[in-house]
Order: sequence, then structure tokens, then C-alpha cells
Amino acid sequence: MSTDNHNSEPTHSEPEVLHDVEIGENQHASEEHAEEGHELTLYAEPIVHIGNFPVTNSLLTSWVAVFLIILLSLAIRKKTKRIPSIFQSIIELVVEGALNMMDLVTNDRSRSKKLFPIIFAIFIFILVNNWLGLIPGIGSISFNGHHIFRGGTADLNTTLALSLFAVIAANIFGVMVVGGWNYFNKFINIKAILAIPKKIKKEPTIVLINPISFFVGLIEVISEVAKIASLSFRLFGNVFAGEVLLASISAILAFGLPLPFMFLEVIVGLIQALIFAILTLVYFTIAATAHDH
Amino acid sequence: MEMTLLAKALAIGIGSIGPALAIGMIGAKAMESIGRNPESTGKILVPMLLVSAFAEAIAIYALIIAFSIK
Repeated sequence: MSTDNHNSEPTHSEPEVLHDVEIGENQHASEEHAEEGHELTLYAEPIVHIGNFPVTNSLLTSWVAVFLIILLSLAIRKKTKRIPSIFQSIIELVVEGALNMMDLVTNDRSRSKKLFPIIFAIFIFILVNNWLGLIPGIGSISFNGHHIFRGGTADLNTTLALSLFAVIAANIFGVMVVGGWNYFNKFINIKAILAIPKKIKKEPTIVLINPISFFVGLIEVISEVAKIASLSFRLFGNVFAGEVLLASISAILAFGLPLPFMFLEVIVGLIQALIFAILTLVYFTIAATAHDH
Repeated sequence: MEMTLLAKALAIGIGSIGPALAIGMIGAKAMESIGRNPESTGKILVPMLLVSAFAEAIAIYALIIAFSIK
């Protein structure tokens, strides 16, 4: 971002000496600021190219996160016994807590159990990615001037993919539970239009109400797109802003001062993962309820 | 005057007025209800954090726009 000043200056500079001096100072200051810490770009930098596919540093870190999660899952699977060890008890506590929290939203234990794999997987994936962005090694190991690792969720691509996946999965779940025709009528409310000639003699006001519910259904389509945008930007914004905050604080004083901000980032990472998972669960539950007339 | 810098500052400055007020009101109502019924603290805590994160997300959108203005 700071290198863009260099490109735009020649087109803007008018032949006023004072104006040029000001722009020169701006350039100089931004160069200094860029060299103090590592400059954070909005987009992740590609490291290697597999064929035509650029592997960015955030993608690499997501792979490390997936590897860690697979290791954890294998460890849990091998060590389950009848009489639980401490490790297994902790995992059982976490699972029980997660199911209880999901019950607050779904009010139905069997549905919570059915949705538990996907919601918990989203939660753990986002949590591990958020926290991996904080450990030493991320952002400091660099190769040819590029940083090899960067927090996975600090890249808009990852969060956009996650939110697309969550919203599409919620819609598919809705179709599975309610049935295709009912679910389609949530958005394009053809049932309401068809009901007008049937019920017009009993309730004459239906001529006014049903076209309105038809348009409300159309607006629901726009709200689905808004869900995708809000989920992805909320997660990306929180994690990326945390990265920028840590980089700025470390540029001021790197010993001791970042400590409360690291703590804040740990909490923010946990809360954002929780919110993403709970919101996805809410979308699933809303999609699965029948359209109320 | 650098219009880019002014745009960035205005984006995040004006964009965080609303969320700040919202989070303050959420916290105030939560404090009030905890004061009326101290036993309900555990039940109020999680929904309060959840709703605060929604309100904060609006400020985050403004921050993203401020970052992406060149």
C-alpha cells in the first residue's frame, strides 16, 4: 500500500516547488515507515506456483493448520478408552460445552448432534487459523523478501471461501429438510401468487397481502448475498486489523508493549471463530424452519 | 491537501461513531439487567458478547474501506 505513493506522484505533481517538497517528504516518510517493520499488504503474496496456481503465504499457513488439526484428530481417535485419561476428559468437556451452546440455538438435541460435525469443524478451523497468526515464526521467516507464512484468515480469499461454503451449505440443508418446492417458495413465493384466485372470495385482503409477501421473498435473495459479504468481511477485518495493530505496536516498542495486544488478539480470535460458527448454525436453523404463512 | 489521506481518515472516523454508540448501549443494558438480577450474569454474558461482535463488525467494514482507499 505504501509503494503506491511512488507511482501516483508523477501524475499529480504540479510545477509548484512547495507542493513538490511536500510530496517528497511524504514519500520519504512512507519509505521509512515501510522499512521499520514488515509492510503488511492487503493481498497475500504468492510464494511458489504449482502449474498456473499461485500458492500464497496464507494458503501455506492454512495447510499447516489443517495438518495440525489432522494430527489432533488422530491423537484423539487412538487414545479413547472406557476410563478416560485427562486428555480425553478435556476433549469430552469441550464437545459437551459445544453441544450445549448449540442447543441454545436449535432447541433440539438431535439436530444439534446432526449439525455438530460441520459447525465444530468450521469453529476449529477458524480458531486454529486465527491463533496460528500469532505464534512466533509467522511473519518473521522470510525468503527472498517474501514472508513464507501469514495468518490464514488474514486473507480475504480464505474467509470468502468459508462464508460461501457456509451459506451454500445452509441452503442445501434447508432444501434437505423442508423440500425443494417449499424452500424455493421462501424466495420466489409462487404459492402466494397462486393462492390469490383461490382465497379471494373468503378474504378479499389477500389481494394486498400476498403480492407484498412475494416481494419480501425477493428481498430474501439479496439478504443471502449480504450474509456472504458480512460473514467474510467480519472475520477478515477482525484478523487483518489485529495483524496491522500488532505490527504498528511492535514498530513502536517490540519488547513488552505488544503483550496486552497479543492477549486481545487471542480473545478476538476465539470470539470471531465462535461467532462465525454460531451464525452459521443460526442460518442452518432458519433455513430448516418451514415458511410461516 | 492530500485527498486520499482525508478520505481514509473520514471513512474510519465517521464509520465508527455508530458502532461505538451501539456497543455502549448494549453494555449499558447488560449492566442494568445484571444489576437487577445478579444471578443471571452467566446467561447474559454470552449473548452480550455475540451482539457486541455484530455491532463491531460495522466498524470493521469501515476500517476495510479505509485500508483499501489508495
